[in-house]
Amino acid sequence: MNPPLLSVRDLAVRYPVDTAAGRVWLQALGGVSFELAAGECLGLVGESGSGKSTLARALLRLVPASGGSAWFRGADLLKLRGAKLRAIREHLQMVFQDPQSALDPRMTVGQIIGEPLREFRPGLDAHGREQCVLAMMQRVGLLPVHLHRYPHEFSGGQAQRIGIARALILEPVLLLCDEPISALDVSIKSQLSNLLKDLQQQLKLAMLFIAHDLSAVRFSCDRVLVLYLGRVMELASRASLYSAARHPYTQALLQAIPQADPQRPGRLRPALVGEAPSPLAPPSGCVFRNRCPLAIPRCAAEVPELRKVSDNLVACHRAEETGPA
Amino acid sequence: MSEAPLLRLRDLRVSFPGSAGELHAVGGVDLDLAAGEFLGVVGESGSGKTQLLLAMLGLNGERARVAGSIRFRDQELLGARGTAWQRLRGARIGMIFQDPLSALNPYLTIGMQLTEGVRRHQRLGKRAATHRALALLEAVQLGDGAQRLRQYPHELSGGMRQRIGIAMALICQPDVLLADEPTTALDVTVQAQILALLRELRDSTGVALVLVTHDLGVIAEVADRVCVMYAGRIVEQAPVAELFRASRHPYTEALRHSLLSLKEPLPERLPTIGGHPPDPAALPPGCAFAPRCQYVFTRCRSETPALTPINTGHTRACFHDGPLGRLGTDGN
Repeated sequence: MNPPLLSVRDLAVRYPVDTAAGRVWLQALGGVSFELAAGECLGLVGESGSGKSTLARALLRLVPASGGSAWFRGADLLKLRGAKLRAIREHLQMVFQDPQSALDPRMTVGQIIGEPLREFRPGLDAHGREQCVLAMMQRVGLLPVHLHRYPHEFSGGQAQRIGIARALILEPVLLLCDEPISALDVSIKSQLSNLLKDLQQQLKLAMLFIAHDLSAVRFSCDRVLVLYLGRVMELASRASLYSAARHPYTQALLQAIPQADPQRPGRLRPALVGEAPSPLAPPSGCVFRNRCPLAIPRCAAEVPELRKVSDNLVACHRAEETGPA
Repeated sequence: MSEAPLLRLRDLRVSFPGSAGELHAVGGVDLDLAAGEFLGVVGESGSGKTQLLLAMLGLNGERARVAGSIRFRDQELLGARGTAWQRLRGARIGMIFQDPLSALNPYLTIGMQLTEGVRRHQRLGKRAATHRALALLEAVQLGDGAQRLRQYPHELSGGMRQRIGIAMALICQPDVLLADEPTTALDVTVQAQILALLRELRDSTGVALVLVTHDLGVIAEVADRVCVMYAGRIVEQAPVAELFRASRHPYTEALRHSLLSLKEPLPERLPTIGGHPPDPAALPPGCAFAPRCQYVFTRCRSETPALTPINTGHTRACFHDGPLGRLGTDGN
């Protein structure tokens, strides 16, 4: 087997929080490990406070990691500095959730998409840049007439196409997508999902696709990693996760997705009570235990390790008993 | 519907003056709401669903031009005095907002905000109001009621705040509850709890609910009846089971296809409709959906289809008579 494109080991991030009782540390990510092969798409799914966005930000060095490593193209992303860090960004790009706020309102579409070329392809003259930009615009479904327009003239879906074009203009090998379709209208979401999948296959891109619910990543991802309060709950291939999830939290997430079947039995039966606790005071042992329908005393005493149960990696003491949802 | 409807909208229009001409947010909506009914209104951004809801509260703002008729029981509300609206708002018609945090005052305790309406509208004393508030906190399944009343909004989680928002909307025992995307800002597992709660409250109190959302899946989970809105108009309206079994408008069909079942085999590509929702300041002539429609023919581009009955309780606004099911997958 080829070595993975990205290898993340025990990635941890903590933020200082000043409270009345002094400074405390919020553990946003508590040791996350996974690998990503070239051309593969991995979904990162979790609710608010799960650490999914923190993970992407740590890989991009927008927040400092407090521990672990992330090997990418022969270097530890978490330790790179200065020129080497800037150089590696050529291969690692990001698509943001809210396309309008991620685009500079004073730049034209052509300038926005072409900006990375100025930095990383100094040999290219203005004409060459424009040719590259136009080719990329065609790829993502933008028209040549859009070149000299400004971001505010575009709808949300079109603006996200601009964001994707900018992220892809340097032909990166890895794309981090932080909820790229969450803010879009329903009828636009499928267009963008198809586009991302096409681009991923054509350009042989590896992708980390972040989402807050499991329905959003099913179409795009080869494997899915489920996070809760900064810990990995389950990691499995798409087929296995959607048909045979083993972790009670994954099962609850699947059950919570609204279904287009008003007569299905179990309509309106919430799978979980309560909400995720504050990451400032996570439960002992398994962080999910105080909402878990299967919790036993052992879950409070012992942190469950991520281990293989049938085809999935699951962090649950009772994973043998859960069976397919 | 044998009884007279609680709310009766006729040819409701909401528009705003814009630099490029009149902006039509709601373009002629007829709608009846029966007592105790759970109505879902689904639409994308710019469909007019939020302005429709605000019109039922007289809250479209000073710049808005609102025309047509809104009757609540026997009272015509359009053109009514401000004081008439004030007597109704909060008292007979309650509202739940999308973002519970911005709908709550950060400087006031939950108790003060929760009891304000009932003390004003029903002249309840402080003790009686507190008593009512505690009962409601129980109804919305928030534990530690007495402590909650002393807390401030920032001390509560998103789901708890939305429960407070629901309690606040219910405290005067209104006949109608309007909810604008009440679960969009919440986590999926909490969304399921809040939707179940709304449905239970409807069953136990008999309040009629209008829930506005962009997510047809949410509608399938809770509503009795569905209105699908596009570009300021209702394009299809049906009982929920019928809409999901036999929708007859191409736009509804597209929305339904955007909801993929988790069970079926994964498609190679997702079905799409091309283009994007129209600009309310520049609506096309004829059917507003025509530029994106797979079934479009000449008549659609010049004439606006009226909402016409096709089955009991099922109406739609479309000239296409044949079968649907022609949705493509090439949206780029």
